[in-house]
Amino acid sequence: MAQVLLNGLFVGSFYALVALGYSMVYGIIKLLNFAHGDLYMLGAYIGFVVLTGIPGAAEVASVPALLVLVMIAMLTTGLFGVAIERVAYRPLRWAPRLSVLITAVGMSFTLEYGIRQIFGASPKAYPLRISGGLVSVLGAQISVAQISLMLVAALLMAVLAFYVNRTREGRAMRAIALDSRASTLMGIDVNRTISRVFFVGSALAGAAGVMAGAFYGSIDFMMGFSIGLKAFTAAVIGGIGNLYGAMLGGLTLGLLEAVGTAWVGGEWRDVFSFACLILFLTFRPTGLLGARVVERM
Amino acid sequence: MSWLNVAAISLFYGRIQALEDLSFTIEQGEVVALLGNNGAGKSTTLNLISGLVRPSSGTLTWEGRDLTKIAPHHLVAQGIVQVPEGRRIFSTMTVHENLQLGGYRVKEAAVIAERIALAYELMPRLHDRRDQQGGTLSGGEQQMLAIGRALVSGPKLLLLDEPSMGLAPLMVNQVMQLISAVKEQGTTVLVVEQNAKAALRIADRAYVLENGTVSLSGPASQLVTDSRVVEAYLGG
Repeated sequence: MAQVLLNGLFVGSFYALVALGYSMVYGIIKLLNFAHGDLYMLGAYIGFVVLTGIPGAAEVASVPALLVLVMIAMLTTGLFGVAIERVAYRPLRWAPRLSVLITAVGMSFTLEYGIRQIFGASPKAYPLRISGGLVSVLGAQISVAQISLMLVAALLMAVLAFYVNRTREGRAMRAIALDSRASTLMGIDVNRTISRVFFVGSALAGAAGVMAGAFYGSIDFMMGFSIGLKAFTAAVIGGIGNLYGAMLGGLTLGLLEAVGTAWVGGEWRDVFSFACLILFLTFRPTGLLGARVVERM
Repeated sequence: MSWLNVAAISLFYGRIQALEDLSFTIEQGEVVALLGNNGAGKSTTLNLISGLVRPSSGTLTWEGRDLTKIAPHHLVAQGIVQVPEGRRIFSTMTVHENLQLGGYRVKEAAVIAERIALAYELMPRLHDRRDQQGGTLSGGEQQMLAIGRALVSGPKLLLLDEPSMGLAPLMVNQVMQLISAVKEQGTTVLVVEQNAKAALRIADRAYVLENGTVSLSGPASQLVTDSRVVEAYLGG
């Protein structure tokens, strides 16, 4: 049982990282960014390009090397996120919500098939694999790599929570989520703050992408699709638009999946997750932590 | 040239004309009231000065600068700050965070802290509730918070949209006293009010708007006794 829970927490920390961006973007501009999962995929490919482009980079298969790679991928994916918002979403800021939603779906296809065009449809073996010994925690086996990835995820989330709750820019983000016009009257540059949210959210997804590539050892252009849906599920479970909700939702979904898989079998994993989504949407649409009623799209 | 100069401004929402050949001036240090019925163009005038809406013709200058070319958030940085109608405080953020947001454009942390302290001094009730969510305050306290939040940004020109709306008479008095205190500190105030009686008590001058243009103007002391004002806005 401890093994099942540890695996659940591990997968859940990836879900949480991706769900955070999903949730933050929804919180600030009320858009379900369907292209968000593809930024995770993009992050993984950016890592791939760096590793294959720099000779010898892949040989340094260590945790510090992975950290540097994660940072490069975060920065680049973040900038992609900013560009996507600028090009695809900002011109539609005052358009009906459905138009923006459809644009997001279009952006998702653009990223997926753009990457497919460049790198081909077949999966790529990730040049950097982190392995390392197994350690025993409460009778369960977990690799050092898994532990370090979870620590990185936890660190990123702690930094994010500090940024959003304690800094001037974080306060501005929360203010816009509540009332963007009043925020303008406080002197907040709303467009620039929204760009920041896209940067931060996309960077987190990019980090998760590289980490997943390095852990699972293979990436493909559709890898963002299913995690995008899972992150959406996680965000709904936690309470969409709520920062801690996204973290809690990600971990909860990871645990639910792990337990569900152990219980009914691996092939039912996605069925189990999306059944959870439907149950939450029906019985608790505001999620575990969402206090206010969520406006549905 | 006046400190703030609104000259021959016309402004449209789609095909509906909200302001028509609107002209008025404000001098530094004054409290000016903008009176008139619903739809007369009072809020539009404040939003015009805040840069939220742009005129189709006319000029708008402040300290010699053309305001119609400056983005709203930059206007706040330069000292034009609006307290919007309905207060619009950040309801799930604490009183203290609301005040901190007022200082978003202020660079020095020490200045923000000083101004927040001053706001608490002016409005001790806010200090008592500093860690409470803004939305849990009473209407009057929310109005105080909205004004306090604007003061933290260090306004040179403070624009107030219906500060007495929905408040009990006692609260209205307190808000008006607060506006007078703001004036004493050297801030110029333009206040839009339906409650003409309360506004004329604290204002130096007033303009009456009708259909997007000025129909009457003069010193507040004179308008209070003007038969047209008394009949239309002071309840005969």
